[in-house]
Amino acid sequence: MRVALLKRIFVYPYGLWLFIFIVAPLLIIVWFSFGGTDFTLYHYARFFSPLYEGQPFFQRIYIAVLMRSIYLAVISTVICFVLGYPLAYALAKFYSHKSFLLFLFLVPLWMNFLLRTYAWLTILEQNGVLNAFLGVFGLPATDLLFTDMAVVIGMVYNFLPFMVLPIYTVLRDMDKSIVEAAQDLGANKVQVFLKIVFPLSVPGVISGVTMVFMPGVTTFVISNLLGGGQFILVGNLIEQQFLRVGDWYFGSAMAVILMVLILFMMGLIKLFDRQPKDGRTDKTAEGGALY
Amino acid sequence: MEHFVDLIGITKTFGRELILDNINLYIDKNEFVTLLGPSGCGKTTTLRIIGGFEQPTSGELRMDGENMLSVPPHKRKVNTVFQKYALFPNMNVRDNIAFSLNLKKEKTAVIDKKIKNMLRLVNLDGYEKRTTTSLSGGQQQRVAIARALISEPKLLLLDEPLGALDLKLRLDMQLELKNIQKELGITFVYVTHDQGEALSMSDTIVVMNAGKILQIGKPKDIYDEPKNAFVAKFIGESNLTDGTMLSDFAVNFAGMDFECVDKGFEPNQAIDIVIRPEDIVITSPADGKLRGVVKNVTFKGVHYEMLVDAHGFLWKIHSTVLSPEGTEVGLTIAPDLIHVMKRDESSIA
Repeated sequence: MRVALLKRIFVYPYGLWLFIFIVAPLLIIVWFSFGGTDFTLYHYARFFSPLYEGQPFFQRIYIAVLMRSIYLAVISTVICFVLGYPLAYALAKFYSHKSFLLFLFLVPLWMNFLLRTYAWLTILEQNGVLNAFLGVFGLPATDLLFTDMAVVIGMVYNFLPFMVLPIYTVLRDMDKSIVEAAQDLGANKVQVFLKIVFPLSVPGVISGVTMVFMPGVTTFVISNLLGGGQFILVGNLIEQQFLRVGDWYFGSAMAVILMVLILFMMGLIKLFDRQPKDGRTDKTAEGGALY
Repeated sequence: MEHFVDLIGITKTFGRELILDNINLYIDKNEFVTLLGPSGCGKTTTLRIIGGFEQPTSGELRMDGENMLSVPPHKRKVNTVFQKYALFPNMNVRDNIAFSLNLKKEKTAVIDKKIKNMLRLVNLDGYEKRTTTSLSGGQQQRVAIARALISEPKLLLLDEPLGALDLKLRLDMQLELKNIQKELGITFVYVTHDQGEALSMSDTIVVMNAGKILQIGKPKDIYDEPKNAFVAKFIGESNLTDGTMLSDFAVNFAGMDFECVDKGFEPNQAIDIVIRPEDIVITSPADGKLRGVVKNVTFKGVHYEMLVDAHGFLWKIHSTVLSPEGTEVGLTIAPDLIHVMKRDESSIA
């Protein structure tokens, strides 16, 4: 009994932290989103309302921005998966070099997120590194900066480790004898991967998708720097309402709508995770609007 | 005669460590062969080489006369039951067992019928839809066995399959495995460190230590005539002492001369003596060849284990007749129960 009590006491400091800095602010945001002391649904209605009579739903300005955010985040997540899975697989499989490869891979994470994103400015700008490089081979210069493409590049670059690491962890910890059993029963390398390795790595993929998609859909720094402000995402909208316009009510309403949407999409993703729960591989992502 | 499986001069090194040192072994059809030895003796590596999961550094592996080393594991007609079952956690019992048949694109009706028969064989009727995580250790092991047997391999490899089970279940499963092997007529290669398991199930036991084969033989032969002190100590309980071979059929140990049935040693050659605890007979002090005092008695269920201090040695004796602690007793040993073995310093663990 005393042990149980002690264990509970250990939870209190974090519990307090959780309440003051996460639960309470969330409640305040919800409270603001409903108009604070004067209860109203106006701020929600404003988000969905048309500019003119009969404007198609998805062309309404805030809806369109939200859709763009989701679209870019989905593209970034897909690219991260396509690049990240083979990398995680190689890291987990060819373990003799893994420590060095993994080290190389993690080094950029030691640098500040803003600095890393600023670096892409110099790479992508008109007279930047990329165009200088293309020029050496006589190739035409590109004009990537301040486009959707630049924002996607920024997201993929910054979020790729969060796709790779959970998949790598699941693959690395996979019981090798399960793979051997599949070979033993007549499966060739492709069959082993499709029938055993990939299905068993799905929890890692879900964590990775979550950890890329969530910061991707809420980012405002990457779109500010690399999108040049003209390609506005929902994160930028919320930022503007709080920091420039000063309309906390509308900003809160948008934040709540975004949260509900993310929760809904996470729920959808979880449907793919039909693994028997053994509590081992489910490394749930902790993410959010960090960037 | 053509053997079913031949291991010829198999040697395996990991870096500078010698794991297997020139293993020569043949296995006949329908034989139940057990590789027995302490952990790290190379028995699992030998099994993995037969299964195709390891390549030997040198040597040959033949099956039905064909070289197997260039054949990848998924093309060998060999299946394995792994130590920790290695069931596929993303599949239920049926799909686990059906795995090899699904790969061969067998018809569902055929698969279902085979699975039904196989589940009956391993006493898991009606478990098709169960998830593997809902099964007990013994049940998981049965599924693993069914999964390995359903594609009718010529050779089944078992890597300490009963190691994780409790004693009662282990004994039941030993019987079941032996029955399955007889019923299906499949060759089994079984790896264990449990000498009881090896003695009760095997046709042939291969005793290994430190990457070498020490002795190959039928269980009774290995028990009765261990080739050296290591085998004697590893299989069954024994009294182990050193002695001198005086001449053919005469040996000296514990300061006394004994008649024995061994010959062919140099005169006065130093040898090891093994005497099984049940082979020493307690008599009255006057009738005994050796004389001593009972120091300790432990009741073991079927018999008593008595430690008798005689001639500077503590003799372990098993008998159903109790001689209480402190009793003065005599000990006799029949000539054919004194096992004389060549000294082999390297094999004494």
